[in-house]
Amino acid sequence: MSFVTIFYGISFYVATLILFIGLSYRIYEYATIPAPLKIPTPPAPKTKQGVAVRLIREVVFFESLFNATKWTWLFGWLFHFALLLAAFRHLRYFTDPVWFWVSWEIVQAAGHYAGYVMVFGLLGLLGRRIFVDRVRYISNPSDYLMLILIILIAVSGLMMKWFHTDIYAVKQFFLGLMYFQWTELPSDFILLLHLSLVLLLMIIFPYSKLLHAPGLFFSPTRNQPDNARDQRHIADWAKKLESKR
Amino acid sequence: MAVKEFEKPELQEFTTIPKLVEEATSHLAPFKSKEEFQQSLGYPGELVDNWEDVALDKMGDLLKRYRSLRVYMDSCIQCGACTDKCHYYLGTKDPNNMPVGRQNLMRGVYRKHFTLPGKFFPKLVGAVDLTKEVLDDWYSYYHQCSQCRRCAVFCPIGIDTAEISMAAREIMDSVGVGQKYCNEIIGKVNKIGNNLGLPEPALADTLEGLEEDVLDDTEVDVKFPLDVKDSDVLLVTPSADFFAEPHVDGLMGYAKVFHQAGISWTLSSHASEAANFGMFIGSYDNMRKLALRIREAALELNVKRIVFGECGHAWRVAYSFLNTLAGPFDFLDPRYPVPQHICEVTHDLMNKNVLQFDKSANDDKVLTFHDSCNVARASNMGDIIGGQFTLPRDIIRATTNNFYDMEEETIREKTFCCGGGGGLLTDDLIELRMKGAQPRMEALKRVVEDHGVTHMAAICAICKSQFSKAFQYYGFELDQIISLHHLVGDALIMNKKEL
Ligand code: SF4
Ligand code: SF4
Repeated sequence: MSFVTIFYGISFYVATLILFIGLSYRIYEYATIPAPLKIPTPPAPKTKQGVAVRLIREVVFFESLFNATKWTWLFGWLFHFALLLAAFRHLRYFTDPVWFWVSWEIVQAAGHYAGYVMVFGLLGLLGRRIFVDRVRYISNPSDYLMLILIILIAVSGLMMKWFHTDIYAVKQFFLGLMYFQWTELPSDFILLLHLSLVLLLMIIFPYSKLLHAPGLFFSPTRNQPDNARDQRHIADWAKKLESKR
Repeated sequence: MAVKEFEKPELQEFTTIPKLVEEATSHLAPFKSKEEFQQSLGYPGELVDNWEDVALDKMGDLLKRYRSLRVYMDSCIQCGACTDKCHYYLGTKDPNNMPVGRQNLMRGVYRKHFTLPGKFFPKLVGAVDLTKEVLDDWYSYYHQCSQCRRCAVFCPIGIDTAEISMAAREIMDSVGVGQKYCNEIIGKVNKIGNNLGLPEPALADTLEGLEEDVLDDTEVDVKFPLDVKDSDVLLVTPSADFFAEPHVDGLMGYAKVFHQAGISWTLSSHASEAANFGMFIGSYDNMRKLALRIREAALELNVKRIVFGECGHAWRVAYSFLNTLAGPFDFLDPRYPVPQHICEVTHDLMNKNVLQFDKSANDDKVLTFHDSCNVARASNMGDIIGGQFTLPRDIIRATTNNFYDMEEETIREKTFCCGGGGGLLTDDLIELRMKGAQPRMEALKRVVEDHGVTHMAAICAICKSQFSKAFQYYGFELDQIISLHHLVGDALIMNKKEL
């Protein structure tokens, strides 16, 4: 077994562990820290079902962002939507037999073109960071690097179209990792670059602003029903104050 | 610390997004609270020696008690969508007044002390130590936030800078750096019962005076009862309503409504204040203590309902928090929500035709309505989504013939704060207040020019006081800001037969 295979094999295990344990721990934290007061923003739904609808609209359409700034919305939404399509396309590397809908021509083609859309969206976001004085002011090096990292992931992925890689072997490698029957990973430069960057992204996910993904679902301004007058909403730590009443 | 002269902003036709000017208002900070007021709220009197440790401990504590703070520290993508949404940024151009800029003052410290990347790569992620300079920046800029939540409406994650400002103020209080205006006022309520420090006899006197005024005016004997047991309604209203213009006309309006509807009501000298400045300083304990006074008064006076007068943040605490802080209110009449807003009461009576209006009484006015931030973005009325916008407007339309809304981007949930909310309604912050009022003044100027609007109605004591100043400053007339229930009081058809 080559060094490259062993190195990437182990790296993917480690990165997956960090991603899942890190993310689960964050979600556990968010779920267990109380929100002691009702603070939903308008238009606030009155019921849990209403909250679900609100969150779906935020996740699917980025509704608040749309109301805030059209350019950021356009670039951001295109990027995220394209990311989803690209992720669908990639499922074929992890499923055997390939899930029927993943193998559909349209899913595969959409996943491919989504790569370009991703790059377009990300460049737009990068442009805003560079050219809009307010966004430039709040940007830290990590904010630029994050965009550049994902751009490079997308570009290296797209480049594999031209620099031929043995896709079948790559798929065997990942299935091998999943079922603990390792096979060799082709050591093409572009492929290894693509995979390295993805590894990096997985590792920093639970420690970075990428936490906005779970964060949205735990944001009290968005996930609370507006029913404060009907229901007392008291945190455990606040209940302790009551005995002193 | 004298208040410096500052350049007067010129009102534009449309509010534009300014180019940022670093440090534009770094010189602004409110007076600090004196030792005695700090201590009476349970805070150290002055900056403690090991303040850095104490502050970080407090921050760690809040991060475990407030999900909002924790999630919001982690989740900001620095996307910039909020950067042009704060009236203080629009008015001052200072990038630390962009909501995310304001948040980052704390986020830097959070990253440094509570996250791994901040520990290992501080430069990369903008992590900073909590130094004295940082603390000073906190004091300055967390007192340039009126906690109006306009930013939270637009943020894709719903990050609410108000939550962060409140936490910052709580942390600063815990190391002995408190704000004079808020903390003195809380002290007064704890001691006497209201923000003005108005004791019971003086209050009784004032109310008597009001009875005479209304009698002279309308020839109807409208009562302003104080501490009357077994009344139906306990009215809790901002103490500015007892004295200040244009607030007091609102109070007369509520009294007329109760009188005409035949509802027995009373004020309480124990809970003679609707405002709850405990919220502004982010202190659950203090907020709860103030809220409990209302519960105590309701029990003591054996009332059936609690109704709040026109006050923005008081209504936020009342609507969104009171049940949690001081409930359950199972001893009150279950047919009414607890508490109710005076607009809900009036609206309901209006719909039931208990109240009749002569709109022509207000024909000398052309109205617009200012949605106060805390009512608009942190509460509700009438238990219908958006009721906090429609109920007041319904009432205005029922009591006047001429009403025009300001531009869509500046009303309802997108309303601009008056510039004086969040515990900033103090003369030591006058520059900030006037600059922060600019977006609202520009929107007002447009309806004045386009529709000949003569008056702006509001339902918040802070807004009314702030606008009295800002109107004069920007070339409007002091009396163009009025209480919504002033309109109601003037248009209400009263039965005179009792005389
Ligand atoms: S809109 Fe929200 S996520 Fe974007 S910079 Fe502002 S606070 Fe951060
Ligand atoms: S809460 Fe209001 S005052 Fe504070 S940062 Fe947000 S928009 Fe500005």
